Amino acid sequence: MGRFIIRRLLGMIPFIFLVSVTVFLLIKLTPGDFVSNYAASLAASGETVDDAMLESMRARYGLDQPVIVQYWDWISGVMQGDFGYSFQWQQPVISLIGERIGLTLVLSVSTLLLTWAVALPIGVYSAVRRYSFGDYFFTMIGFLGLAIPGFLMALILMFVGVSVFHTDVGGLFSPAYVNAPWGWDRVVDLAKHLWVPMVILGTSGAASLIRIMRANLLDQLHQPYVDTARAKGLSEITLLIRYPIRVALNPFVSTLGFVLPQLVSGSVIISIVLNLPTAGPLLLQALLGQDQYLAGAFLLLLCSLTVFGTLLSDILLALLDPRIRYQ
Amino acid sequence: MDIDVNAHRPILDIRDLSTHFQLGQITLKAVEKVSFTLHRGQTLCIVGESGSGKSITARSILQLVGHPGRITNGQILYAPDPSTEPVDIAKLSSRGSEIRGVRGREIAMVFQEPMTSLSPIHRIGWQIAEALVAHGLMNKKAALARATDLLRQVEIPNPEEAAQRYPFEFSGGMRQRAMIAMALACNPKVLIADEPTTALDVTTQAEILRLIRKLQVENGLAVLFITHDMGVVAQIADDVLVMYRGEVVEHAPVEQLFSHPINPYTIRLLEAARKLGMAAPPARAYVPPGPVMLEVRDVSLIYPAQASMFRKTKAQAAALKGVSFDLHEGESLGIVGESGSGKTTLGNCLIRVLRPSTGEVRYRNREGETSNLANASREDLKAAHREIRMIFQDPFASLNPRMTVEQCIGEPLLVNGLLRGRDLRLRVRSLLGMVGLPPDVASRYPHAFSGGQRQRIVIARALALDPRLIIADEATSALDVTLRGQILDLLLELQPKLGLSFIFISHDLGVIRYFCNRVIVMHRGAIVEIGETETICTNPSQPYTKALLAAVPEAEPARRNLLVA
Repeated sequence: MGRFIIRRLLGMIPFIFLVSVTVFLLIKLTPGDFVSNYAASLAASGETVDDAMLESMRARYGLDQPVIVQYWDWISGVMQGDFGYSFQWQQPVISLIGERIGLTLVLSVSTLLLTWAVALPIGVYSAVRRYSFGDYFFTMIGFLGLAIPGFLMALILMFVGVSVFHTDVGGLFSPAYVNAPWGWDRVVDLAKHLWVPMVILGTSGAASLIRIMRANLLDQLHQPYVDTARAKGLSEITLLIRYPIRVALNPFVSTLGFVLPQLVSGSVIISIVLNLPTAGPLLLQALLGQDQYLAGAFLLLLCSLTVFGTLLSDILLALLDPRIRYQ
Repeated sequence: MDIDVNAHRPILDIRDLSTHFQLGQITLKAVEKVSFTLHRGQTLCIVGESGSGKSITARSILQLVGHPGRITNGQILYAPDPSTEPVDIAKLSSRGSEIRGVRGREIAMVFQEPMTSLSPIHRIGWQIAEALVAHGLMNKKAALARATDLLRQVEIPNPEEAAQRYPFEFSGGMRQRAMIAMALACNPKVLIADEPTTALDVTTQAEILRLIRKLQVENGLAVLFITHDMGVVAQIADDVLVMYRGEVVEHAPVEQLFSHPINPYTIRLLEAARKLGMAAPPARAYVPPGPVMLEVRDVSLIYPAQASMFRKTKAQAAALKGVSFDLHEGESLGIVGESGSGKTTLGNCLIRVLRPSTGEVRYRNREGETSNLANASREDLKAAHREIRMIFQDPFASLNPRMTVEQCIGEPLLVNGLLRGRDLRLRVRSLLGMVGLPPDVASRYPHAFSGGQRQRIVIARALALDPRLIIADEATSALDVTLRGQILDLLLELQPKLGLSFIFISHDLGVIRYFCNRVIVMHRGAIVEIGETETICTNPSQPYTKALLAAVPEAEPARRNLLVA
């Protein structure tokens, strides 16, 4: 097991290197650069743009260098923990994304936990009581959850929150705490705001997980080994938990690998609608404005999360299923 | 008969049991008014073909029939000892605590498929111990210790270590032993065994049957044994219950049933079993060999060592070791062996589904040209594949459910660009006639046919290209015994008409003996013995062949060759 984890971690290094090259090239492939973007926005607001000033900006940001040199400057910095400088924000990238990535992780992990906590029991119920009223009810809710776009649900929840509960539903903090230092009060405030995006982000994930769990468990429920367990005299609930649910969990755990990055990157629109200080909106802005180091740092982190999530789910799978361990 | 004289009251008394399946508007009467009794120390065999309701009867006793099946009528009276009033199991709720107290504790069950019937993700030891803990007989530690004892009782070597293993690390026979250990954990009084040896090799089957008998004598068990194999019935039964379409058609002591069967269905069943038995006269006369059409020389297949993710590397494995033989025109050559002996691998190497690591497969085609299929070009191989066709074991899995019979049979002709349109339809109809199916079935889909009919369709498809050699891999193993005889007779009838040669791969010596001129006995990837079928079956020279023959259950209760040994 230890050997396996070490090998997988070592395997991640060349992979992430390739990812970094691809990410950087993709950003550079778009025509123009940050400076020409900046010039265009200045021109749009009616200001005159001096070519010499633009050239000096390019030189200052290193944008006049060949791509390979720019990449090397960036990646050698990243390896020392320096993610570069954001042109748009005039700040080091690390200070911009630090808290945002942290909040994104908090939101993602709590959403993931909520998704599992909801999907697991409902999926089990739907499978065991197949074609019952409850199964049809949850199936309908699940399809609604899959079908309604997240941003629409965000708008509806915001409307309901404001008009019915008279609470402030945008963002992750009340105005008083937005720039406050971390403390107990701020955590409480975060918890109060967290549930709205959690519900919205978790709905479609939970809906699909319910379907996955239901289908998996239905496959397992009528396997001969379940009959064997029943013939031993185990009670229905014990045998259900010990045998078919255990086996049906495998694909469930595999979802961890792709749910993690999806939660981080798939929430851009919802984050914009809800005004969440998470990674998504900033990433979008950075891409639009060709803020190359900021965008590069985000994309690199997202890819690392994907790789890491997959590793995590592989380790969990191996712990859960001896057949994977021994093959 | 081993009936205890004190036992006036049977341990199980089943009266008018009916189990029905409600499928929409249709009621399927899987078990209808079945009555029988089971006494202490007795072995009762329920025999019948697939779909006869024998498994459902067994499952009904433990209320293990799943939805939409339901016990609709009758009593299942269980009396743990003669003095107590019996309990009617049919009246208990299928989820209640009373039935749970019976399951595993009083009446235990062994299932057919030892791989799928054991949980893939729990250790063997725990799976055995679990019942003891569930019934509150022991704590976990004591139960695990008893599990090791039980593994020793069922003669699993190194039981302490075996208890720590997972089912997929066991062979089929070991798994079935573990399954029996699990069933015996709580010292039940009745053991229901549902086809426990059907998935096993004959030698393993003989060991398991001996083991069950030994444990029965030691523990005074009553055994309800479900099987479709009349040979097994003759070997172990005290009484026999013959079921057909959910009903009992005959119930008699075993000697009487075999010597004086009354019901026509029983007679048919016995005839079919004896026809393919080892005591029957061979079905075919000796044919002088024609010219050699296939020369196999020193074929080996070695799977290279493999790196594994969690464990050290697997050693390289030789699936075939220097196999050489000749096949003559018009001959039927049998390949017999246990699972894992390499017989299927050999068949696959002959048509290069698998590429042999070394050796030659020289095939002489219709025009008399010889090519080595082991390294032939794509065109040569394609041409050879027109003359060599395969028939596989499972007639359900080997027909595409979305193609009509006509499309299934016509496909090889169409793909090879030989026939189309009206000619193709006519050819399909004549092929259907050859295998004894009416031409109007051509437009129907495979699901409309029974197993035997499907295997006929598969044969028609194999014949479509007018082949010279048919490789049949366990082609009759999935069929009931009466159908097995019919399919073999069909092939025997077609052989001289179409000038066919056969390579017939089977684990069933009875089938091989009925069908083949010569036989190859394989063991661990190598040929043990090769010779004329009659000689090998009556006078084998190798100890392995002798052991294989001795393990075949004879369908004669007067000659119990298995349990005496």
